[in-house]
Amino acid sequence: MYSYTDFDEAFVRTRVSQFRAQVERRIDGSLTEDEFKPLRLMNGLYLQLHAYMLRVAIPYGTISARQMRQLAFIADKWDKGYGHFTTRQNIQYNWPALKDVPDMLEALADVQMHAIQTSGNTIRNVTSDHFAGAAADELEDPRPYAELLRQWSTDHPEFQFLPRKFKIAVTGAEADRAVIRSHDIGLQIVEQNGETGFKVIIGGGLGRTPMIGKVVREFLPKEDLLPYCEAIVHVYNTLGRRDNKYKARIKITVHENGIDTMRDLIEARFTEIRPEFTGVDQELLAGIKAQFATPPLREGDTAAYDAAYQMDPIFRAWADTNLTAHRKADHAIVTISIKAHGKTPGDATSDQMRLMADLAEEYAHGELRISHEQNVILPHVHKGDLPAIHAALKAAGLGTANIGLASDIIACPGMDYCALATARSIPIAQEIATRVDELKIEHEVGELKIKISGCINACGHHHVGHIGILGLDRAGVENYQVTLGGDHTETAAVGTRMGPGFSADEIVPAIERLMLAYLDLRDAPEETFLQTFRRLGDAPFKAALYPESEARNAA
Amino acid sequence: MPKPFTPKVVTANALIEGDVIYLTNNGEWSRRHEDARLFTDEAAANAALAAAELQASEIVGAYLADATSGARGPEPTHFREAFRATGPSNYAHGKQVDL
Ligand code: HEM
Ligand code: SF4
Repeated sequence: MYSYTDFDEAFVRTRVSQFRAQVERRIDGSLTEDEFKPLRLMNGLYLQLHAYMLRVAIPYGTISARQMRQLAFIADKWDKGYGHFTTRQNIQYNWPALKDVPDMLEALADVQMHAIQTSGNTIRNVTSDHFAGAAADELEDPRPYAELLRQWSTDHPEFQFLPRKFKIAVTGAEADRAVIRSHDIGLQIVEQNGETGFKVIIGGGLGRTPMIGKVVREFLPKEDLLPYCEAIVHVYNTLGRRDNKYKARIKITVHENGIDTMRDLIEARFTEIRPEFTGVDQELLAGIKAQFATPPLREGDTAAYDAAYQMDPIFRAWADTNLTAHRKADHAIVTISIKAHGKTPGDATSDQMRLMADLAEEYAHGELRISHEQNVILPHVHKGDLPAIHAALKAAGLGTANIGLASDIIACPGMDYCALATARSIPIAQEIATRVDELKIEHEVGELKIKISGCINACGHHHVGHIGILGLDRAGVENYQVTLGGDHTETAAVGTRMGPGFSADEIVPAIERLMLAYLDLRDAPEETFLQTFRRLGDAPFKAALYPESEARNAA
Repeated sequence: MPKPFTPKVVTANALIEGDVIYLTNNGEWSRRHEDARLFTDEAAANAALAAAELQASEIVGAYLADATSGARGPEPTHFREAFRATGPSNYAHGKQVDL
């Protein structure tokens, strides 16, 4: 796992003490809010509906047991005993007081964490596949490249005031678990003639104009990663629409100029700046790579696992849904659901964080991951330890067997916390999860991605949900619009908007009708909701959503 | 035609805690919506907002929010302001704990 250099350490400490002085000056009145706001945003501090909100980066989703424990400590000491894990591998604290934030940042710095560039028009936290370094289907661990990108982008003088925020995601597998096609730059490690390099995708994004990214380079040699990304961001910085906030993201730059023109400009800039990268970055990378070596995986028999799998149906259900194939056959990747039915998706209490840290330390080489789907992962677990882990998780309310199922919902904070929201997201997610649990249908329904945002900014990824829900304000009343057929993976697609929205009372029954319709419509249990939707189109699903208008049409 | 003025309260967030506050009849800040002064006159509302905005070391982001008079005092008319007046719906956190 990456460990700060002296430079990183000094940089982060300096930022904390600068921010401490800025907060003092804001509180004593010598800075106005207009002067202070950009400074607090540079340090991840927002002002939301009921309180401040501090967003802390978890680079490429990788975190140590010690860091997780510190997140729990911060939640207890300066917040309300919990934290909210987000789709961009951050944790958000919803209740800090302004005067405490410098202390929180100091506590983060103590475990090599920070909130720098988690807000503002700059390159944000670099995200990655949450199974990186462990997944059986992976070509190569993408995290050393993500770390290299993080070091390059942090405090990069040219890129602190971009036209808009800028997000990069990296994956090392063909199966896209990092949503790379919805990022400003998406990078996928690919192989060509025995060499590995990057497929480079640009211009993906959600928000008010959702777009799937386009390939700008089929194959980029690895040693060209930084100069090429620098060229992309440079071209965007030059061409990006600063005149209109809603057209400022690179997706619009690509759309308006065309991918071919963008490619020409990027390649030209790349040729120009390539010689400046003399290889220091590659030496750095070699050092970084050494820190991401696979931990020494234990040998041993898996008898305990096999026995539990045979004997205990609850364990079996959990194993079938929450485990993923590890590179090593006697190991597994464990996804811990922080989506217990009826709970707030993505929230973990400080006790839960500490338990997960303990389990990581005892059974998983002290390492955890945060997924973009708002769950926590133990990447390297010997199968023999799974029954003990499951028992501990179950006792802490973390044993829900629902990964990838209908109740594993991504929900943004919505109107319960977010100042930009037009409707609530969390209670809708809670009700849907509670309902599928009452009906006991989610295992039968199988893989289903429900994603909810409380406004058009689409933080909850609703455009790329199999079922997307967008909360809107219709004449002062919460209203929920449904999109179907979205996909965040390597077969990415933006969902199709169905008819009129639903009231808060109507939306859960509507989602239930969609699931039941799918059970009727599918060819076989193996055919997923998304496949059925792709085969049949939206008509039968629309009919399920709007039964009255169907009846009217038929009459 | 300009929209007719509807009654408003002056609301903001407290600088240190960030929580929602309302301007009262005697020009102080209260955390309770029902303590707010309800402005039925547009000029008076704007003047109060302008005065509030000068209190930079106490408050953040003052604005006028729609409200109506209720049994115990002003009540929010829009659900956003209703959430601001109580707290989030997933936990009993925020104002609903103390009010
Ligand atoms: C409550 C505080 C939050 C605020 C104020 C906020 C604000 C925004 C805004 C303004 C955008 C639109 C940007 C644009 O298209 O230019 C956006 C997009 C996004 N946010 Fe948030 N957000 C918040 C919380 C979250 C959370 C909790 C998550 C994850 C659960 C999240 C993940 C995202 C993602 C993935 C996008 C996608 C847009 C894209 O990159 O195309 N945000 N957010
Ligand atoms: S989608 Fe809208 S409501 Fe939800 S967190 Fe993002 S900005 Fe807030």
